[in-house]
Amino acid sequence: MNRLSSFNVVSLTLGFVFLYVPMLILVIYSFNASKLVTVWAGFSTKWYGELLSNDAFLDAAWVTLRVAVISSTIATVLGTMAAYVLVRGGRFWGRTLFSGMIYAPLVMPEVITGLSLLLLFIGIGLDRGVLTIVLAHTTFSMCFVSVVVSSRLVSFDRSLEEAALDLGASPWDAFRLVTLPIIAPAVISGWLLAFTLSLDDLVIASFTSGPSATTLPMKIWSSVRLGVSPEINALSTILIGLVTVGVIAASLASKQAAVRAKRDEQAAARAA
Amino acid sequence: MGRPGLGELDQDRRGAFGEMRRAVLIAVPYAWLFALFLIPFAVVFKISLSDIALAIPPYTPTAKDGIWNMLSQLDFENFIFLTEDDLYWKAYVSSLQIALISMLLTLLVGYPMAYAMARAPEQWRPTLLMLVILPFWTSFLIRVYAWVGILSGEGFLNQFLLWIGIIDAPLTILNTNTAVYIGIVYTYLPFMILPIYSALDRLDGSLIEAAEDLGCSRIKAFWLVTIPLSRNGIIAGCFLVFIPALGEFVIPSLLGGSGTLMIGKVLFEEFFSNRDWPVASAVAVILLLILIIPIVLFQRNEQKQVEAEG
Repeated sequence: MNRLSSFNVVSLTLGFVFLYVPMLILVIYSFNASKLVTVWAGFSTKWYGELLSNDAFLDAAWVTLRVAVISSTIATVLGTMAAYVLVRGGRFWGRTLFSGMIYAPLVMPEVITGLSLLLLFIGIGLDRGVLTIVLAHTTFSMCFVSVVVSSRLVSFDRSLEEAALDLGASPWDAFRLVTLPIIAPAVISGWLLAFTLSLDDLVIASFTSGPSATTLPMKIWSSVRLGVSPEINALSTILIGLVTVGVIAASLASKQAAVRAKRDEQAAARAA
Repeated sequence: MGRPGLGELDQDRRGAFGEMRRAVLIAVPYAWLFALFLIPFAVVFKISLSDIALAIPPYTPTAKDGIWNMLSQLDFENFIFLTEDDLYWKAYVSSLQIALISMLLTLLVGYPMAYAMARAPEQWRPTLLMLVILPFWTSFLIRVYAWVGILSGEGFLNQFLLWIGIIDAPLTILNTNTAVYIGIVYTYLPFMILPIYSALDRLDGSLIEAAEDLGCSRIKAFWLVTIPLSRNGIIAGCFLVFIPALGEFVIPSLLGGSGTLMIGKVLFEEFFSNRDWPVASAVAVILLLILIIPIVLFQRNEQKQVEAEG
C-alpha cells in the first residue's frame, strides 16, 4: 500500500493547492498598499494599523473571546459527561433519544438551531446578550466534544479503572487519577474544537445575540457583505496565523504525549 | 474469610454510589440537551402554527389555555401560505439540488485525496492529515470570503485565465450557482476526506493483494474491494456534507446571486428582513422534516461504528 502512483501525487497536489491558495492570496493581499484588493500596489502594513485602532472590532473580539472561553469550558464538562453516558451508560430510558440529541446538532443547519433557540429565549423572556450566546454555543459544541471524547473512551482499557477501584480508590479518585489523564488528549482537543466553533460561529450568534453583544464574525459579516476590504484581509491573516500556530503547537504536544504514553506502557509491560 | 464484611461493604458503597453517580451523569447532559435542543424545536413548531402580529415578538400565540383550546385553534395557514407561494417550493428543490451536486463534487475531489493519503508513506501521514484539518480550524466565514476576491469579475481567477490566454473576456462566476458549488466543496472538503481516510486507513492491504493475485486488474480490485470496504467512510462523509449544505446560509449569501435560491437564505431573510416569525418557523419545520431521514440514517451509521469499535 505504500507506493504512491502518479495519480495519487497529482490528486494530493491539486487538492492542497485548492485548499491553500485562496488563503495564501488573502494573506498576501493583506499587505497590499492599495485599497483595491485585486491590484498590487506595494508592500504596506497600514491595514493592520487601521484594524487595531478600530474600537468596534476590538470590542467585538473581546465579546467573542469571552463567549468562546466560557462556552467551550462548560461544553467540555457536559460533553465529557455525555461521552461517558454514551460509551459506558448501558441501557437507560430514552437512550436512543439521548444519542439522537448528541448526533443531530452535529449536522443540524445553523439557521434552524439559531431560530429555535431565539424563539425559546424570547418565549421564556431571557434578555439576549452574552449569556444567550453562551447557552447556544455550549449546546451545540458539547455534542462535538462528546463525539471526540467518546472515540477515545471506546478504546480505553477499562481494567485500569477497575484496578484503581479494587485498590481502594473512590470512583471520583479513580476518574481523576486514572481515567482523566488517559482521556486528557481527547478532552483537550474537544475543548479546542468547541472554542474554535464558538469563535467561528456567525449564524447562531446572529440569532441569539441582542443589541448589546456583537461578536467578531457578526462584525466581519456586516463589512464583508459590502465587498472585499483590505482591513478584513488583515484580520483574516491574524486569525489564520493564530490558528496555524495553535494547531501546530497542539499537534507537537500531542505527539510528545503519545511518545510518553508509549514509553510508560512499555515500562509497565516490562515491570509486569 | 476473617473479615468477610469489608469487601462486601466496599462493593455496596461502590454500588450505591455508582448508581447515584450514574443517574447524575446521565441527567445533567440529558436535561441540558432536552431544555436547549429539543424544547426549542417544540417552540418553533408551535409558533409555525400561530398568526403574525406586528407587536414584538411578532406573533400571537395560538395556544393559550389548555390543550383543547390549542387543538381547536391550530391553524396551518403558514404552511398553506408556503405551498401557495412558488418561492418556497423552488427554494426547497434548488437547495436539495445544490446540496446533492456539491456533495457529489466533494466526493469526487475528496476520495482521491483520502485514497492517496492512505497510500502515502507512514511518516508523511500525520503531516498530510494536519494539512487537511488546518483549514477546518480556520474561520469558515473567512474561507468563504477568500473566494469573493478570486471569483469576481476582475478577480484573480479571471486575471489568471486572461493572462494565459484561455479566455478573451472575464467570466461571470461570482454570484452564480457555480460559485456556490465551489464554496461548498472548498469549505466542506475536510468533512469528506477525514471519514473516508479513516476507513481506508483501517483497510487491510492484503485483501487488495489477494484480489490482484486472483486475477483482478488494479482498477477492478479498486471497484470490487477498496470502494465497498470504504463504504462507511463514504456514507459518513456524504452525510456530513449534504445535511449542513442543505441549510447553508453564508455561502449562498456571499457567493451566490439573486438567482440562487437556498432555503437557509430564505429563512434568514424571512426572519430578519420581513420579520415574519411564523412563516420563518414554518420554513424551518419543513426543512427539519426533510432532514429527519438523513439525520436518522447518519446517527445510525455513527452509532453502528461506535458499537463496532467498542
